[in-house]
Parts: sequence; C-alpha cells; structure tokens
Amino acid sequence: MSPVNYLYLAALLFTIGAVGVLVRRNAIVLFMCVELMLNACNLALVTFSRLHGNLDGQIIAFFTMVVAAAEVVVGLAIIVSVFRTRHSASVDDTNLMKL
Amino acid sequence: MTSTGEAVQFWVLAVIAVGGALGMVLMRKAVHSALCLAATMIALAICYMAQGAVFLGIVQIVVYTGAIMMLFLFVVMLVGVTSADSVKETLKGQRVAAVVGGIGFGVLLCAGIANAKLRNFTGVGAADQASGGNVQGLARLIFTQYVWAFEVTGALLITAAVGAMVLTHREATEVRQSQRELAEQRVRLGQQVTPLPAPGVYARHNAVDVPGLLPDGSPAEISVNPTLRQRGQMRRVGTDLLRRMGDLETGTADWLGRKTPKQRAGTELAQLERAQDELERAQDERDLHQDDLHQDELRQEELRENEENELAEREEEQQ
Repeated sequence: MSPVNYLYLAALLFTIGAVGVLVRRNAIVLFMCVELMLNACNLALVTFSRLHGNLDGQIIAFFTMVVAAAEVVVGLAIIVSVFRTRHSASVDDTNLMKL
Repeated sequence: MTSTGEAVQFWVLAVIAVGGALGMVLMRKAVHSALCLAATMIALAICYMAQGAVFLGIVQIVVYTGAIMMLFLFVVMLVGVTSADSVKETLKGQRVAAVVGGIGFGVLLCAGIANAKLRNFTGVGAADQASGGNVQGLARLIFTQYVWAFEVTGALLITAAVGAMVLTHREATEVRQSQRELAEQRVRLGQQVTPLPAPGVYARHNAVDVPGLLPDGSPAEISVNPTLRQRGQMRRVGTDLLRRMGDLETGTADWLGRKTPKQRAGTELAQLERAQDELERAQDERDLHQDDLHQDELRQEELRENEENELAEREEEQQ
C-alpha cells in the first residue's frame, strides 16, 4: 500500500464534510461538518509530512488544531446566544443580521 | 511501500472513519452525529500515529475527542437533545444539487491526487532522528522557525476565550428579589404563606403524582407539583382507597363506640358535595344543549355561504 491512500481518505472525508455543510440545517451539526473538513486537511498535512520527510506538515497540522479549537469556542458561543433569542438551532431561522 | 500491517490497519480505520463521517451527516439527532464524529476522530488519531506523527495523534485524542467533542455535547445538552433536524427542503432541489456537486468535487480531488507524482516517499524517521525524537523535532521547529506563528496563536486563543465570555454573558435586567421580599409579597397578596403540603399520603404508587389528603378526606390538589398538574398527570385518589379509609374510620368508630369527627363532618360534606354535583350536572347539560344549538347555527351558515359561493362561481363562468 502506498501512503497516497491516506490522501484519498482525506479527500473523501473532506467531500463528506462539505456535502454535510450544504445539506444539514442544524447549526451544531454544521459545525461538526466543518470540524470534519479541518480533520481531513490535517490528515493530508501529516501524510505530506511523511511523503516529504520533514516535520513542517505536522507543525501546520498542529496550528490547524489550535485554530479549530478557537473557532469551535466562538462558534458554539454564537449558537448558544442565537438559541437564547430564537429558541432554535436551525440556520434557516437566522435570517436577520441581528439577535 | 508500507508494511502489510499498516495496510490492514489503514483499511480497517478508513472504513471506520468514512462510516463515522457518513453517519454524522445522515443521523437526524445532533447527539448521534457527535458520537459518529468522535469515532471518526479517534480513527484519524490512530492514522496519525501510524504515520509517525505520535505527538499529533495524542493531541488529536486529547484536544479533539476529549475537549472539543465534549464541548459539542455540552451545547447539544443546552440547546436540547431532541432538537432533530427538519426534513423540509427550503430551497427546491438543493440537496440533490449539493450531493451531485460533492461527488464532482470528490472526483476532481481524487483525480488531482492520482495525477500528482507521489511514487516514492521518505518517511519522517530521519527528520525525527535529527533532533532526537518526534516531540523534540516539533519543539525545535515551533520555538525557532515558527515562533512568531506560535505567539500569534496565543493571542488568538485569548481572543477566543474573551469572545466566548462576551457572547454568552447575560446582563441582569432586573434586581433579583430576596427571600424576605418574596415572603412579604406572599403575605401582601394573600397567597399560600406556609410551605405547600406534601403529596402522596396514603399513596400506593409514585407518591409525587398522588395528592395528599386533607383531614376531611378530600384530596389536596395543591400538594402535587404544578408541572404534573398542568400536564394532566395527577393521579386521582382511587375510590378503592377512599373506601378503605372509610372502613378505617368505621373501625375506629366501632372501637370508640361513637362517631369520629371526620364521619360527622363527612356526612355534612357528602350532602354538600351531592348538592354541588347535581348543580354542576345541570349546568353541563344546559351548556351541551346550547353548544348543539350553536353548532347547528354554524352549520347552516356554512351551507348558506357555500351556496352563495357556488352561485358566484357559476355567474363568473357564465360571464
């Protein structure tokens, strides 16, 4: 088996995440799909790091994880505050640019 | 080429990861989606470790499955576990278009990877050995070449933490009433001043949904939780139970050789209740009768309107 298979897996996971973002309506599940896309990118970066024989790919994957954590914290806070005013976690109900 | 063991591991993990990802997209409840995503992330963590990124694999488990997924589950708890997605399509044909576009995108990505010249690979073993291990190698890079990015990451994390606090902070709009004020208000408005009576005296099943009985034997509805009362889940004290209580009273009366206070009150009460029941029944019958009359009137009005509408339509057709 060639390590390129990991890249195919990453591409597949990224595609599933992207389709999920387009198809789902629940804001929380939407966020999970974005997380899946970020994870797929991380897998691709780790595989590239192995293919090229240096650690830069792993460093970038590490930074991606940090950014994902920050993004999740703020995103979930927004979901909670929207839920407080709208009583719904559906992205269809959030059609005004104010709370 | 990698070892056969890694190939087997890859195919097992790939199936788990893709299955988890598909499950996350297809499950209707957010909790199930979160659990599927956790499975995918653990599979990916093992993939990292198999590829020599041991530190990243551990961080993936600790940060992603440990912290981020738990955060997701907390929010699912806050927002409501039962908040299932609506199946209604707001944009017509959007789902089909999304799936077709997704397949096209996936094919494009895979074709790109297949055309790239990735025939041989080096492996991170040599890079790890240069600084004495995977963690040491990453540390050397983070604190030399990428130190500026690392510092900015710290600023980003602090901003995110402050942002989350600002977004979820709720300003108190009114002064919270103290216990003394609440007590005074209760006396002023003539509400129940004493603690509420406890439910479930003489109860056989779940005591909280059976009202306690007052000294005269009548059920005290106030003793049942208002939520249960509003849901209509309050259990009536059965006639069987009341009969047995009556037997108990007669037994006491026999033993004492005179009527118990409750029996004396009970006869008066029973007479009162009977009178009230009759009154209520008469009232109900009158209401029912009036309802029937009212409905007849409504029906006739409807018929009349229908006829008028038909007439109007016919006239329009003729014109």
